[in-house]
Amino acid sequence: MICLIFITIGILFNLLGCIGIVRLPDTYNRLQAATKAVTLGCCSILVGVMFHFGLSDAGTKALIAIPILFFGSTVAAHALIRGTYHFGVKLGDKSVKDDYKDAVK
Amino acid sequence: MSNWLNILLYAQIALSVICLYRVIIGPTIPDRMVGVDIFGILVVGVCAIISIQTERSFILDIGIAWIILSFIGTLTLAKYLTGKKLNE
Repeated sequence: MICLIFITIGILFNLLGCIGIVRLPDTYNRLQAATKAVTLGCCSILVGVMFHFGLSDAGTKALIAIPILFFGSTVAAHALIRGTYHFGVKLGDKSVKDDYKDAVK
Repeated sequence: MSNWLNILLYAQIALSVICLYRVIIGPTIPDRMVGVDIFGILVVGVCAIISIQTERSFILDIGIAWIILSFIGTLTLAKYLTGKKLNE
């Protein structure tokens, strides 16, 4: 029963992330919204799987998958947003501050 | 319990398809890469829910392999976006 609660919370976070990736106006906004929400949602789903299986082989695999997912997706998002800035994509119309422009030069 | 888990599985698959919408209509190349990156994370959730439904543990192995391959692929594409060669 508790595993279904965790999986439902995770899918609600995934829903917020997907709304962000469809509706937000800018590449940087889209990546930061989607990465945070979807990473937290999938970690919550894996916690639900761990509660369902207990400490058997499948539960241990779910427990191992959580740190790999957490660190892997955040590092990949950081590298991707840096590459996007160097590629030359402009910020959106309503962005007010660009601190990285001084750090590049 | 099984009925509600079916609904959750279909919801997660629908979210993955919504994420591919950004890959199709993205105006620039980095938008499409963002869509592929987030799709790789969402598929891990699909694998986890299927592993509960079928009571088998090897599907979680597919999920872990998918995370690592998505990580390496995103790093390679980000290196390509900065304009450098892959061996510098």
